[in-house]
Formats: sequence, structure tokens, C-alpha cells
Amino acid sequence: MKNITTLTDAIAEHIHDGDTVALEGFTHLIPFAAGHEIIRQQRRDLRLVRMTPDVIYDQMIGAGCARGLIFSWGGNPGVGSLHRFREAVDVGYPHPLAIEEHSHAGMSVRYTAGASGLPFGTMRGYLGTDITKHTATIRTIECPFTGEPLAAVAALNPDVGIIHAQQADKDGNVGFWGIQGVQKEAILASTRAIVTVEEVVDSFDSRVRVVLPSWVLSAVAVVPRGAHPSYTHGYYDRDNAYYRAWDEISRDRATFADWVRTHILETRDFADHLAMLDSSMAQV
Amino acid sequence: MTAEAINTTTATDYTTDEMMTIIASRDLNNGDVVFVGIGIPSTAANLARRTHAPDVVLIYESGTIDTKPTRAPLSIGDGELAETAVAVVSVPEIFAYWLQAGRIDVGFLGAAQLDRHGNLNTTVIGDYDHPRVRLPGAGGAPEIAIGAGRTSIVLRQSTRTFVDKLDYVTTVGHHHGSGSRAALGVRGSGPSIVITDIGILRPDPVTDELTLMSLHPGRTVEEAIAATGWPLKVASELTTTQAPSELELTALREVSAR
Repeated sequence: MKNITTLTDAIAEHIHDGDTVALEGFTHLIPFAAGHEIIRQQRRDLRLVRMTPDVIYDQMIGAGCARGLIFSWGGNPGVGSLHRFREAVDVGYPHPLAIEEHSHAGMSVRYTAGASGLPFGTMRGYLGTDITKHTATIRTIECPFTGEPLAAVAALNPDVGIIHAQQADKDGNVGFWGIQGVQKEAILASTRAIVTVEEVVDSFDSRVRVVLPSWVLSAVAVVPRGAHPSYTHGYYDRDNAYYRAWDEISRDRATFADWVRTHILETRDFADHLAMLDSSMAQV
Repeated sequence: MTAEAINTTTATDYTTDEMMTIIASRDLNNGDVVFVGIGIPSTAANLARRTHAPDVVLIYESGTIDTKPTRAPLSIGDGELAETAVAVVSVPEIFAYWLQAGRIDVGFLGAAQLDRHGNLNTTVIGDYDHPRVRLPGAGGAPEIAIGAGRTSIVLRQSTRTFVDKLDYVTTVGHHHGSGSRAALGVRGSGPSIVITDIGILRPDPVTDELTLMSLHPGRTVEEAIAATGWPLKVASELTTTQAPSELELTALREVSAR
């Protein structure tokens, strides 16, 4: 269990200003608690990586943690725009944000190359688009066997990869199930890896499909409901009302700043934040 | 009333979104393997599975293969998609083994802007470095467009969306037309249908230029032309889109109900 720690200590030890950091989770198991802790500890100048920078990265970008973003789709799923992300791109508030954009397929090939220890990956992609004109990490190469033109995309090797999972066992191995996204590749592509889990169990649930051994994980922290407002299959559902409410909270700089201060900066940890949300819901 | 009698009854009270969804559903064939995103495509594919195409195979980019949700899901990562799927695979696998390898028949696409050859923009309005409107970006679209056997585009028609020149090409359709798409070396035949709130467009067999083939009940050619940012080609034998039947509408509302 030597890798099991608190989220506060895991972020303090492993995330440094200026790091390239990937928080993954494709609609499911989004590591919100870890994102909040990065905001709480006021990390700066991060180059954030994520296929779908949704509300979690809107919060981190708006809170001033990021100077760069590598991504493939940025929106609030089913709701609309990310207002903090858009204001950073449009007018450089609170900081200018250097963006590097790919497609989903391109990002997944980049992570896979990174996890495989290769300098790049290949794919049939990006043909006939303007994406290649603005993204330096895409080149066209010729297949050495058939001559077919292929896209080459540079490997992604973040300094830190962060995911949320259902369970860790008592030895610090991590297991998850349901929609698995690109989490395994993101962890194995990264130099350091942090995982938050719902609980520690004696032995894994029979539904576990992906297992990451303890010795590839720098830190594992137990954070119940750590993916809220996204969901954890088998534990809790997506909080759709939160995603809808985010549109209004994030639209205005002052409203957003007030939310970050009361819900993140002035809370002790994610459990404290969740207790605040639960009590405000009870008042409604 | 028998089911057949309901089926032949034409509905009169339906929304534009319902009309577009039903057309997208009709365009799918039984047995098609369909790559869907959230919104109209997902609802349309689930409607097809409940009506004329029970063996349609639904694949979501979140990695759920042959999923059979009871209702159209709210997000591509909905837990019910994983619970009802034959297989749940990773994102790298869904794009590499399933889409890129050619196992998808039909891909659905939407956009903020479309041009006369069905190329799409979902990235920026205005200049890339100083955008007027920053949009979500590419997502799965660029590879759906070149990996699927064909694509179906669903988009409301206006001079804002149907533009003479895209501000940014996120996703290739028929490229510059007249067979230039194939010359890029891409697989799949590209957009076969564009479904709008006014009518149905299909590419010209020679020039690949989108041509108005059908108008929805109550809509006019003048409206379609006025809502298009280039001189719109109109088929010589323009048809009227069959209005939704009561059966289609009932099934759609069951699939959509949440």
C-alpha cells in the first residue's frame, strides 16, 4: 500500500508549476476532485492535455492554472460553450492560452504512441482539413511498404497523468470498468501518475475490466464521489443539473470567481465541497 | 386501429427537429453499422432500430459497440450505453479497429458551417488566431468523414450555416468536388445526404455539388435559395418530403422520452 496517500499530498508532491498534465476520463470517471485540488493549491502555467476539455478544464483555465491546452473537443456536453475556455482563447483572460488541437482519433494515437515508447504514431486522418496548417505535431508521411500517404502525429508524454477509478485493492493496484476512454494510455504515457478511487477493497469487483498495477502509479488517493458531477459506473449517476447550472455560473467573470473562491479555495477538500453542494441542494 | 392503419396516417402536428430526425432515420438501412453522436443522430439511429431497421448496429465514439439503449441517451458516455452494449472498448480501439479499419457503414455529422461540397467547419468563425466565435473543435468528425462508408449530415439551413466559403475546414466532404475527394486518398464515398429544416440535398453524381432534391411539406424553393450562401442548385424533378406518419412520430416520442 506504499502508493496510497491523500489527494492533497499527491498533488503537492507530483504537480509542479509549468508541468504538462493530462486529466483523462471520457464522459465517465472524470477526475474532478483532482482538478479542484490543483486549483486549491494554485498551480500555475500548466500545459493541460485532455481529449474533451469540458467543465473540469473550464474551471482550471478560469482559475488561472493553465498557459496551454492540447485537446480535440472543447464544450459542455449537451449544454453548449465553455465560457472560461472561450474567454481565454478570445481575449487572453485570465491568461493567454496557447492551443494545440487535434481530432479524437489523433489524440488517441498520440497517447498510444506515448504509452508505447514510440516518438510518433500513424493513422489515416486529417486529410483535406485545415487542422494540419495550425498544428505542428501533425505531418504527412509515406508508408514505407505501400507508399500510401499517412498522417504522423507526435507522441504525447505528459509529466503527470491523472484519472479516477472505481477501486484500488489493498496492494495499491487500480481497477475500473464501464466506458474506459483513453485512461490506460494516458497513465502509461505519463512520467508520473495519480489515481483517485471510490474505495479500497480486499479484492476487485468481478466487473473490473482494466487493471493498472501499483508500480506504474505514483499515488493513489481515496476520494468518494471524486468524479462528481460526472459519474462512476456502479456508484453514482451523472449530475446533469450541475452541468446545466455551470453555463450560468461560468458566463460572468465575477460570478465564476466567487464560485471558485467559495467552492474550492475556501474549502478544505473535495468532501467539504460536496457537503457544501449537498446543503445548498437541500435548501432548494 | 391496427398498426398498419396508424402507419399510413400522416401526422400534421410535429416539430422541425422531429421531421429532421425521422428523415435521418429513414435514410438508414436495416443492418447498417452506424457511428453516432449525441442529439438528432443518436435519436434517429435509435428510432430506426425501433421501426424499419431492427438490425441496425449502433456504435458510439465512447467505445460502446452494438448498444441497445431503451431511450436515446443524454450523453455519448451514458452508463446505459455500456450496460446494453455487446462490447465496450477503449477510445483508441474504437477509432483504430472499428472506424479506421472500415467497419462502419454510416457516420453522422453536424457542423456550424457547411459549403456546397459538404465540407464542414466546427472549429472557428472568423480568423483562427483571432476568432469571432470559438467553437468546440474537431472531435471525431475528421476521421468519421474519411473512415465511414458514407456520411449523413444533419444541419439547419441559413446563410450563417450554408456558406460560400468555410472559415476553417475541420472535416472534408467532397473536397473541391468533381471527384477530388477520392484523389486525396481517403476511403468512403463522403456525404450522401444533407438533411435540413427546409429540405433534403444530395451531391450531384458528376460535380459532387449539393443539390436540393426534396422540400419538406409547406416549404418553398425560394426559402431554400434565400437560406443558402451560394447559388443553390435545384433538381429538375423536385419532390416533396413525405411527412412523418403517426407511427413514426409515436415511436420517436417514445425513444426521446426522458
